[in-house]
Amino acid sequence: MLRIEGLTAEIDGKPILKGIDLEVPSGELHAIMGPNGSGKSTLSYVLSGRDGYEITGGSVTFNGIDLLAMEPEERAAAGVFLAFQYPVELPGVGNANFLRTALNAQRRHRGESELDAMQFLKLARARMKELSMPEDMLKRGVNVGFSGGEKKRNEVLQMALLSPQLAILDETDSGLDIDALKIVAEGVNALRSPEFSALIITHYQRLLDYIVPDRVHVLMAGRIVKSGGPELALELEASGYASVAA
Amino acid sequence: MNAIVNNNAAGLLGRAEALARPAWAAETRAAGMAALRAHGLPTRRAEAFKYTDLAPVAQASFGEHAPIGARGLPMPSLPLTRGAARLVFVDGVLRGDLSSLPPRPLSDAQALLSGLTSLTTQPIAAMNAALFEDGLFLDVPEGEDAGLVELVSVVTGARGAIGFHPRHVLRLGKRAKLTLLDTSDGAAGLAYMHNPVFEISLDEGAELAHVRIQREGRAAFHLSSVHCAIAAGATYDNFTLNAGGRLARNEIHAALNGPKAMCHMNGAQLVGDGQHADTTTVLHHAAPDCGSRQTYKTVLTGKSRGVFQGKILVSKPAQRTDGYQMNQALLLSEEAEMDSKPQLEIYADDVKCSHGATVGALDPAQLFYLRSRGIPHEAARSMLVEAFLTEATEGVGDEACRAALSEAVTAWWAQARA
Repeated sequence: MLRIEGLTAEIDGKPILKGIDLEVPSGELHAIMGPNGSGKSTLSYVLSGRDGYEITGGSVTFNGIDLLAMEPEERAAAGVFLAFQYPVELPGVGNANFLRTALNAQRRHRGESELDAMQFLKLARARMKELSMPEDMLKRGVNVGFSGGEKKRNEVLQMALLSPQLAILDETDSGLDIDALKIVAEGVNALRSPEFSALIITHYQRLLDYIVPDRVHVLMAGRIVKSGGPELALELEASGYASVAA
Repeated sequence: MNAIVNNNAAGLLGRAEALARPAWAAETRAAGMAALRAHGLPTRRAEAFKYTDLAPVAQASFGEHAPIGARGLPMPSLPLTRGAARLVFVDGVLRGDLSSLPPRPLSDAQALLSGLTSLTTQPIAAMNAALFEDGLFLDVPEGEDAGLVELVSVVTGARGAIGFHPRHVLRLGKRAKLTLLDTSDGAAGLAYMHNPVFEISLDEGAELAHVRIQREGRAAFHLSSVHCAIAAGATYDNFTLNAGGRLARNEIHAALNGPKAMCHMNGAQLVGDGQHADTTTVLHHAAPDCGSRQTYKTVLTGKSRGVFQGKILVSKPAQRTDGYQMNQALLLSEEAEMDSKPQLEIYADDVKCSHGATVGALDPAQLFYLRSRGIPHEAARSMLVEAFLTEATEGVGDEACRAALSEAVTAWWAQARA
């Protein structure tokens, strides 16, 4: 589904990604772990199309299509979703309006019929219930005045509604207490299917207790230095990143 | 501070002489004329007009204001009716046939004229004084709720590029209530001038919600001023949408004269290519325990200029004043310019007064967030611009007025992004 080959990228002339090779087949969940500054967030932004990153080499294909040639909204419509490490506040944009606009934009792009307000509300309420989110979060401005945990849950709600083929979770576990972490993990696990893949970017092993990955990759200084099964996460937790580098 | 006498104002003066006048009005007009003669229209050397150049107004010539016969009366397309009571001006002339509020004779206004305007320091009001004719005269008796009154001005162009100077005089008795929705529309491409002055006095506990929608034709001049005296416990709530005209300046002068009076001044300026929009507020806290809130939002596109000048004067007796002023501008083009001048002058010592100003482009992080969810770039831009403006309009309490504002904002943005 996702194939990254020799990807290099820089910010303001400073190389951050120094040759990433990674393949995530359909139906698999892969974790990317690494210390601060290793390029984890850069990878997630490059995959979702944020401005400010110069791609200097390599390729990324998604279902065989050149992902890097697409606009961010095209990537989203094609089925790529980024759960932000720091979800953005949008004062004056109602959460319900935002979610419905996004969902319908993607449906339109795929040639599907748009949902009216009633259909949307029914769907949104069902998903919110699963994520233990209070209904008034639909009425509030997007992420405005949300606690850290609420913001992350709102990301998972968006993911649940947009049902992407590939979800990139950028440190979705940061700032979450254990209950919120479980809810978020359940949200991701609920999407698991042979057609769903995820790239779970995390600093800690904690989240991987609840979302068990098929593969774990260690990213250091812009390169994947080690790959393995779920047990690799436990090893890292026990002995630290330094042992991998050595 | 002395403005240069502008010869071109003489054209206006000649017209003032020709107007029919009741004796009392003649006095006001004569005083206005004298002021105009002495000072002319201000130039940018006058501090209050540093960012807004009235030279195009002084250089333009505006057509005769003589009434036209009933035979030639144009039938304009009027804004949607929002309430029962409505007073309609077409090409500067009060149209009884289109109004549902019985017109009152000009002489009635004499008793209501409150002398709130200054001919020496307020040249726009002085021009109105020299040339004023009809207007809305409303005297809401003590304790009465007058509901929603609409004041409509439409320029069709049937009488060419006219200049008109209505003087609207309102008085609300003790605990009286009124919502005034005031809209100005006009033909595109016509360089007319609309120069309304509002003189408003609110007695103890009165409440006036004043919503203004200014969307004159894009070649027009709109120079307006509101002068409001607010007694103890009374509330003046002004929302102004400044969207039309080649050059628009809205001045609001409000004085909180009695304890626990409130003043809200909010607004949005929508400024497109070739337009200049200026909001200038002067708020005087003259009594203790009063509050004031100001939030202005300006969106600029193309080659345009926006101005916000906001002065808050807190006099010595105005202890425990609670004042707030915020002014934010969104620049959607490299050629747009915004000038902001907040000004606090505080003589009381127990005062809470804050102000802030921001000028910037759309936030790239917000744009990316929306696009990453599949919302196309243009739609994402629109959502953020509308959100920016919604924050200003959502505070308008009256539902009919809020709907009118929201329609005006949506229509402007649809045109601006086209």
